[in-house]
Amino acid sequence: MRKFGTIMLVLLALAGSAWADEPAECSVAEHFVENPIPLPRAGKGLEAKRLDILVLGGGSSMLPGASGESKAYPSRLQNVLAQKLPNVAIKVSVDTKARRTAAEALQAMPQHLATAKPNLVVWQSGVIDAMLGVDPDAFNATLNKGIETANAFGADVILMNTQYSPRTESMIALSAYLENMHWVALQREVPLFDRFGIMKLWSELGTFDFFSATNKLDTAERVHDCIARLLADLIVEATKTAAPPVESGR
Amino acid sequence: MLSVASKRDLRLDLFLGLTLWLIFLDHIPSNAVSWVTIRNYGFSDATEIFIFISGYTAAFVYGRTMDEHGFIVSSARALKQAWQIYVAHIFLLIFYLAEIAYVAQRFDNPLYTEEMGILDFLKEPDVTILQALLLKFKPANMDLLPLYIVLLLGFPPLLWLLLRSPSFALIGSASIYVLMWWFDLNLPAYPNGVWNLNPFAWQLLFVFGAWCALCGAESLGRWLNSPAIVGFAGLYLLLAFSIVMTWYFPLLRSYVPRIVGEVIYPIDKTNLDVLRILHFLSLAVITVWCVPRDWRGLKSAIFWPTIACGQHSLEIFCLGVFLSFAGHFVLTELSNRVLMQIVVSVLGIALMVAAATMISWYRSVERRGPGPRPPGATLGLAGGEV
Repeated sequence: MRKFGTIMLVLLALAGSAWADEPAECSVAEHFVENPIPLPRAGKGLEAKRLDILVLGGGSSMLPGASGESKAYPSRLQNVLAQKLPNVAIKVSVDTKARRTAAEALQAMPQHLATAKPNLVVWQSGVIDAMLGVDPDAFNATLNKGIETANAFGADVILMNTQYSPRTESMIALSAYLENMHWVALQREVPLFDRFGIMKLWSELGTFDFFSATNKLDTAERVHDCIARLLADLIVEATKTAAPPVESGR
Repeated sequence: MLSVASKRDLRLDLFLGLTLWLIFLDHIPSNAVSWVTIRNYGFSDATEIFIFISGYTAAFVYGRTMDEHGFIVSSARALKQAWQIYVAHIFLLIFYLAEIAYVAQRFDNPLYTEEMGILDFLKEPDVTILQALLLKFKPANMDLLPLYIVLLLGFPPLLWLLLRSPSFALIGSASIYVLMWWFDLNLPAYPNGVWNLNPFAWQLLFVFGAWCALCGAESLGRWLNSPAIVGFAGLYLLLAFSIVMTWYFPLLRSYVPRIVGEVIYPIDKTNLDVLRILHFLSLAVITVWCVPRDWRGLKSAIFWPTIACGQHSLEIFCLGVFLSFAGHFVLTELSNRVLMQIVVSVLGIALMVAAATMISWYRSVERRGPGPRPPGATLGLAGGEV
């Protein structure tokens, strides 16, 4: 079912080739970041020529090695956004920590919000909660609280779910956490960056090989590059439509 | 006191067999074929069907024993069955540990440093294995057998009550369900959290199944086929289907009013959300409406493989769990193309059918053959033997 829709959308995307400035390997997943939900606070920041983003994440928002930080998607996001929005001052601050549950990230959140004063938070979470078997209800509540906290500090939120990891798929029961993040996004009307869906599509199409055992960084870097580009697309689109939606039928 | 009906309903075996196939398909991660399974089209999934039918057949089989041999003997049989399932669960756990250990040794990828943390528990096997023996460690996709063990342990007193006052037993079960929501009851798990399938919640479907077996099917039968009920069930299934479609196609989301989302999410599987129960009941109503008990198709050769699987549910369920591990292994090691996924799925189901056939054949030989019958070798997962 999902596959059929995906293939149709991929064909459409290829036919339209509306994203000609992006590497094709990224843009095959472009339909995953089509998002009807606006980011009003970030949009306001954009009007004032200032976009401050806080990436709040775990180990999958980092890459290992000395130059890991500059190669992971958060700092790539800064570069891509700077190209796409040349007249805006872009600042991406990063708070990533390996092996951190959503609840631990929530604890650290107010302090980071107070110092970085972002107008947009990208919150990547889920896999550690799944590995530890945190109660999905509690995970759901934590996400809700995090969104409230960020909003109270004047920041919009984009939720980012777990990576698609075929080797550990039968060992980590992700579905309850993916679903809850999805539902929180629907209920709170915040955009969900479906990293799991995107990476799974890449795997199905053979765009990237997620099965191989390697300690080389080349594939990982390309994946992070695409994630940064797709995330930037989502942000640019959602801040464009930030104007309050026109009420129809009046 | 109620007496237990003597003729087994073949529809139960058919749908139990089908459920075992669906569970197998769902347990192979990223399997293209699992798009056919019902969890993609509504709120409930194969787990509900499995627990309900298991309750039904357990009441049927142990009820008869209780009729004939009394409370002590039937309790002993239920406890023995629980022990067998416990052993089967630990056996399957070995395969799970083997797979994890294999991946821990061979797989390294800078993208997945976080995910590889799942292998950390191998560093303290003393704690992990002890917790697994206590049924507190939760390996992915292996929640059903521990739940079943707990349900069977509580079954003898329940059956005693069911045979005397069925409505009282059902009300008691519903009260436990309500208390579970009220007080957040669940069993603890390791390293933290609670059981993925809460026994205090899921017992409701199990008891409801048992209740249907002993008396409910007859008292419900009259109005189960009424147009109003069938219509309502159909409508609910359609509604659930449209909601679920919005999970796959983001552009459809704008058609769901915000208030609907506020009310229905999260749809809790752990605690058996009411929406899931309703979905299962609707499915059951439509199924009973479409497939009458004396439907001739039930005897036809097409359904025989499915019915055979349903009649030996313990063995086939365990085989299915093992095959889904093996299937995932093949898909990661050899090829994960869609064609391969189809081959693995079809082959797995064929093996399940072959095993069920062999067990049926062996049991019939045992029954006919000379010499004494081996003692007590005859109960399936839900006492599935006819």
